[in-house]
Amino acid sequence: MSDQRLLVDGEAAGELVVLEEPLSFWGGLDAESGEIIDVRHPQLGTNIAGKIVAMAHGRGSSSSASVLAEAIRAGNGPSGIVLGEPDEIVVLGSLVAALLYETSCPVVVVDADVYGTLVSGDIAIISASGVVVQT
Amino acid sequence: MVQLTEFEAGLAAGEGTPAQKIAIGVVVKIAEVMGAERLLEASSAHIDSCLYHGLAGLEFAEMLASGGGEVAIPSTLNVSSLDLLHPELYRGDAETAAQARRLMDAYEAMGCRPTWTCAPYQLAERPGLGDQIVWAESNAIVFANSALGARTNRYGDFIDICSAITGRVPAAGLHLDEPRLATTEIRFDGVADDVLDSELLYAVLGHISGEVLDNEVAVISGLPPGVSEDRIKALGAAAASSGAVALIHLAGSTPEAPDTHTALGGRTPQRVIDVSMPQLDEARSVLSTQVSGPLAAVNMGTPHASLSELEELAEAFRGETVKCEVYVSTGRDVLAAATARGWEDDLTNSGVKIVTDTCTYITPIVEAKAGVLMTNSAKWAFYAPTNLGMDVAFGSTRDCIDSALAGEIVLSGDWGE
Repeated sequence: MSDQRLLVDGEAAGELVVLEEPLSFWGGLDAESGEIIDVRHPQLGTNIAGKIVAMAHGRGSSSSASVLAEAIRAGNGPSGIVLGEPDEIVVLGSLVAALLYETSCPVVVVDADVYGTLVSGDIAIISASGVVVQT
Repeated sequence: MVQLTEFEAGLAAGEGTPAQKIAIGVVVKIAEVMGAERLLEASSAHIDSCLYHGLAGLEFAEMLASGGGEVAIPSTLNVSSLDLLHPELYRGDAETAAQARRLMDAYEAMGCRPTWTCAPYQLAERPGLGDQIVWAESNAIVFANSALGARTNRYGDFIDICSAITGRVPAAGLHLDEPRLATTEIRFDGVADDVLDSELLYAVLGHISGEVLDNEVAVISGLPPGVSEDRIKALGAAAASSGAVALIHLAGSTPEAPDTHTALGGRTPQRVIDVSMPQLDEARSVLSTQVSGPLAAVNMGTPHASLSELEELAEAFRGETVKCEVYVSTGRDVLAAATARGWEDDLTNSGVKIVTDTCTYITPIVEAKAGVLMTNSAKWAFYAPTNLGMDVAFGSTRDCIDSALAGEIVLSGDWGE
């Protein structure tokens, strides 16, 4: 298996949404719906609630962890997140939601080879051993 | 594996308060993510988590506060969603306001100073060269690292308060020597001296820097020496909005960059970026989504206006009357200094509305619902179209003043003062 590291533990399965550009959750994600609302983002209008979101790297305002935690609390967050490189903001959002509400949104970081194979619409499964994609 | 001291391990084992146990757990988790081998003692914090984004942030703060949470180091607070000094300006719903207030109260209860500003570097006490700090709020981070030479990573919500409660940060990234050296050099190609010394250049250059830089530290060479703090503020805020810049050296102006060679640690840059005049013109125009049409409101003071910026505005508006909504955001400490000098009266007598504790692009304040919003801030121009759902025209401070007095959009085509 390629190099994978689980940054936040948990299990998740769902449809992949691969972000074509990094997304700042603050100003970019509506926590009340799970929809991408950044007018500059190519996936404006896409809903990430319950999806496994893949992002090459974070882009972000200081407030993004709060918005991610709020989206998860409200049931509008992703069910899991796959990163191309470690990102503290994503980890904090998932971690704090779990501390408060016992929610689960595992975060896994994968190397470029694995990341490059991810395609929106495929089904991804995150477990203790990392992420597996069913095409 | 993060190596903990006896004290830190004790907190993790629950020998302190419940809040300390939660906080050290979060700090250690982030230290692991960042690949830190140990934690460092921090000397001050700037907390962003006090801005309301929903119940999760509020319930986290209240969990810490009710668990005996108390900051271990001097901690300032970022903007909130409310203007406590001018509550009549708030146009949001009452329930959100009540929750936002609860959040602010929770952070005050943990011993944070109610500074409510995104520009903590304008306060009398601020960190200096080499100080290890934990600052959140992207513009403050760039300023602290670049202009003050203090050391912080790009911290954000939750880790800020957890580090403040424990007094610890991961020994990683920009807290260390090597990662602070520039690996990229930004230069100018065919840009005239008067452009390099114009106010507009700094916001526009910041916007370009954020777009072209990845996760790297750059040094800008070729600027006139001794660039003012207000200009570094504009540059850094823009760079941290269009990109993820945390530290950018200005050769001849910032403390770790007496010259380009030193900022690069004596090495050859791995990457050289030449910024041309057409690029500057392009970036300047991209910051506006609209350059004509009815003017709805003028917004200045993002990041919060400094005392010298308030002085400039007071002089411009003294004895005049603005012909549209005009907002100037600033910190309450800076405002108190301006008030003592008579500048607040100059502004309010002309019809300018002063906003403290928050900002006009993060909370409902602007009254107009149609027309174009004008600003002299690249950061405001970047976020307002999404946050407020209206068009934005970006111009110089002079353009904003002229527009406010004319009641219509006035954009000077040149770069000069």
